[in-house]
Amino acid sequence: MKGVNRALGGQLNHYAAVAAGSALGSVLRYGVSLACLAFVGSGFPWATLGVNLLGSWLIAWWATRASATPGGFIQRWQSFVVAGFCGGFTTFSLFSLESLTLLQTHAPLTALAYFLLTPPLWLAFAAWGAQVARRS
Amino acid sequence: MPLLLVAAGGALGGVLRVALSNAVARRFPPPFPWGTLVVNLSGAFVAGAWLGHHGLPQGEADLAWLLVVGGLLGGYTTVSSFSLQTLALWQQGKGVKALCNGVATLYGGLLAAALGAALFGGLTP
Repeated sequence: MKGVNRALGGQLNHYAAVAAGSALGSVLRYGVSLACLAFVGSGFPWATLGVNLLGSWLIAWWATRASATPGGFIQRWQSFVVAGFCGGFTTFSLFSLESLTLLQTHAPLTALAYFLLTPPLWLAFAAWGAQVARRS
Repeated sequence: MPLLLVAAGGALGGVLRVALSNAVARRFPPPFPWGTLVVNLSGAFVAGAWLGHHGLPQGEADLAWLLVVGGLLGGYTTVSSFSLQTLALWQQGKGVKALCNGVATLYGGLLAAALGAALFGGLTP
């Protein structure tokens, strides 16, 4: 029974950390989109590109550090940062919507560039984050 | 108010994402990240449906858009997990699986969003 309670408590803690991290990540993503709208304009989805690149870098850095230093601070905050914050900060649904609306409005070239070029960049940023984490 | 809506939607979306992707991963175990794929495709579909039904957001004051698209769907779908898992597949020498995941996610997402929009009102440029 104690074991069951502990497992259940662990699950609840995990989900509470995910909820808090995802809320924070989503609010920050919203802040980035407002800032981009104010300073750069709405011609190209820079905000979504930016959060997806930063989030890809951070998740790879954090996950790599966590597996290199088990039981430490990094691993204890993994639910909050990796599953919560990075997941809430990055967004795939908006990426798809933006690709679609760019495609069917006036900007087929911009749409193609956005749709085809940014995913390899996400992966490059993740690889970069993992590499930095391995070196530190 | 906008911040609260985005936060609430984001929290709920994140919990749904983790719960669903864990459930899918138990059924279809790794290495292929089925959980994240299912989450992202379903999220893109709902986002497309919302766009078809409601159109583009009506300025900063569109609270429903903030709650559902900015918060809930933004927190639910994820690029970071996709990047991490695709990179891991690649680095484990599973290049074909990595490529399949990329193609299925990207084209599947676009298709799901278009389908959602078409089924729930259509796209008006």
